Amino acid sequence: MIKGLPYAEYFVSGHRACAGCGEALMIRHVVKAAGPNTIAVMSTGCMEVVSTPYPQTSWGIPWIHGAFENNSAIASGIDAALKKQGKRDETNLLVFGGDGASFDIGFGALSGALERGHKFTYVCTDNEAYMNTGIQRSGGTPLYASTTTSPAGSKVAGKQEPKKPLPFIVASHGIKYVATASPVNVFDLHKKVKKALATPNASYIHAFSVCPVGWYTKPEATIEIAKLAVNSRVFPLYEIEDGVLTFTQKIEKDKAIPVLDYLKVQGRFKHLKPEQVKEIQKYVDTRYDFLVGIEGKKAFDCLF
Amino acid sequence: MKKVIEASQAIALGAKLCRPDVIPMYPITPQTHVVEDLASMINNGELDCAMIDVESEHSAASAMIGVVAAGSRCFTATASQGLFLMYEILPIISGMRFPGVMAVANRALSAPISIWNDHSDAVSARDQGWIQLWVESSQEALDAIIQGFLISEASNVQLPLMVNFDGFTLSHVFEPVDIPSQAEVDKFLPKFKPVYKLDVKKPMSFGPIGFPDSFMHFKKQQQDAMINALEVVKAVNSKFAKAFGRSYGDGLLDLYKMKDAEYAVIGMGTLCGTAKVAIDKLRAEGKKVGLIRIRCLRPFPEKELQKAIKGLKAAAVLDRHISLGQKGPLFTDIRSAIYCNDITINSYIAGLGGMDITVKHFEKVFKDLAQGKQKGEWLFD
Repeated sequence: MIKGLPYAEYFVSGHRACAGCGEALMIRHVVKAAGPNTIAVMSTGCMEVVSTPYPQTSWGIPWIHGAFENNSAIASGIDAALKKQGKRDETNLLVFGGDGASFDIGFGALSGALERGHKFTYVCTDNEAYMNTGIQRSGGTPLYASTTTSPAGSKVAGKQEPKKPLPFIVASHGIKYVATASPVNVFDLHKKVKKALATPNASYIHAFSVCPVGWYTKPEATIEIAKLAVNSRVFPLYEIEDGVLTFTQKIEKDKAIPVLDYLKVQGRFKHLKPEQVKEIQKYVDTRYDFLVGIEGKKAFDCLF
Repeated sequence: MKKVIEASQAIALGAKLCRPDVIPMYPITPQTHVVEDLASMINNGELDCAMIDVESEHSAASAMIGVVAAGSRCFTATASQGLFLMYEILPIISGMRFPGVMAVANRALSAPISIWNDHSDAVSARDQGWIQLWVESSQEALDAIIQGFLISEASNVQLPLMVNFDGFTLSHVFEPVDIPSQAEVDKFLPKFKPVYKLDVKKPMSFGPIGFPDSFMHFKKQQQDAMINALEVVKAVNSKFAKAFGRSYGDGLLDLYKMKDAEYAVIGMGTLCGTAKVAIDKLRAEGKKVGLIRIRCLRPFPEKELQKAIKGLKAAAVLDRHISLGQKGPLFTDIRSAIYCNDITINSYIAGLGGMDITVKHFEKVFKDLAQGKQKGEWLFD
């Protein structure tokens, strides 16, 4: 138990996630913050598999899973039905999807649900590859990371493209609340979940989810790696409220640790050559500078 | 009240009378008139219902899961490629035991792309746990929607149901239709009471992973529910007859001039109307011919069919679909059901991609049967 956070758990222990699973940790805190008046929709993936081996379940709130790419569409139906029943205001609707479900296969359904103005909070637990099927490359896999379908070969080493900028694409739909969150600061995460749930229409949280199995990291190092990601500016922590971006933890250039510190503790980057590390450093710097550039400005239209 | 309307309008009116809470829909020819009519009823305040204009049929079917899981009544409509985009979700809806009704304006599947009628869309989806009713007229289209909700929501069924109506040859055809009053339908179809729903006061997990020790038990329960549906379809058809003065055979099969028939054709949908014209003509010439219209394809009315073919010398099945590399799927179902009955049964493939099926075709088929031909063929124009 962490002092200052609610005691009750709605994603309870006994599930079958791997030791050090960052995704299970993020989900546990998201539903803890949301509380008991919450319905959860989840895509096919690790979390669905580990949490509901019939007839057991780890869920203390109503939970539904249909398929891989349709979490946002199922949520659209729930939202519309609850509105029709006049019960919408009293119920939180959380939608969980991994990076595969959110960046790739369920992207169309997510975009459609955002455009239609449904009220739900989408939480993308991003562990940067298709972990449930065995660490295959997704649109969320970072530049040069080795996966089983973008392996570090002698000719081509790792994924050749950077991540799809999903939080920005989501923000471009004009929704009122977009945030990134990391387990390094669970108070910040809880605050963001509450803000997201209080948004009148759709809201989005991008949750940094360390995968020890897929990233080849030590299970006990999960929080440490999340810290390195924030401090190296690989994973910036921010909110976009009404189209305006603000940092919730800003890492100044002179305070930032080298990206190499983050990369070198992960097996998925162990093949990197110095020039590739340099390239990633440049990419991370450029992207962070861009965020600093739009900080405090109205960078996105808000339709709703 | 009688009105001359399109079958699409009849479907929309039937759906409206069932008071759906949410209609997730994606437009596709020839289903569009159904959802346009419903949208207009909603926006003009005639129907208190939410429409979700989803971004794909895959999401229409998925939203149906959400609507019913949240405890509300759901209707949708599609056709052809749209049904196939839903294909992944069809067994999930039925496997999760969510009742609801979907109208399918039957249309051919690409390629070549065709907007015209055949039965390849829904017949191909017959194994996915949906009850399938196939209608012949606009009146039956409206009535089957109302019957459909009652069947689908029956406590010993709890399965989704498709109402199939031929694209264009029925969807866009105007016929006089007797439209029941809201009070009559309210009396016939009670409010939707979900057995289980997503409820924060009673949290449950829907859609867990089933390991090999449980999966097959779930499938057996679904099969049992399907078999239960055979009696429920019949009972609802009788109840409907009492309430509205109309019925369709026994609900499963609709027989035409079969009492003393020696030869029969078997089919589904609007081709049966044409068959009746041909049968009347041949009957006038003294030929003992009849029609077995399959109204319920899933669950398949095996016993009723065995009874219906008693006394026949030969029968022909007209499939508006071909299981490529096999024969017509309706034919193989029927042959399997009556394999121990000693009659000739031939497979004819007809009306694919909107090719006309005419009285002449039926005259030829009956002639084949009377001449003892042991093999069917493809019926071209």
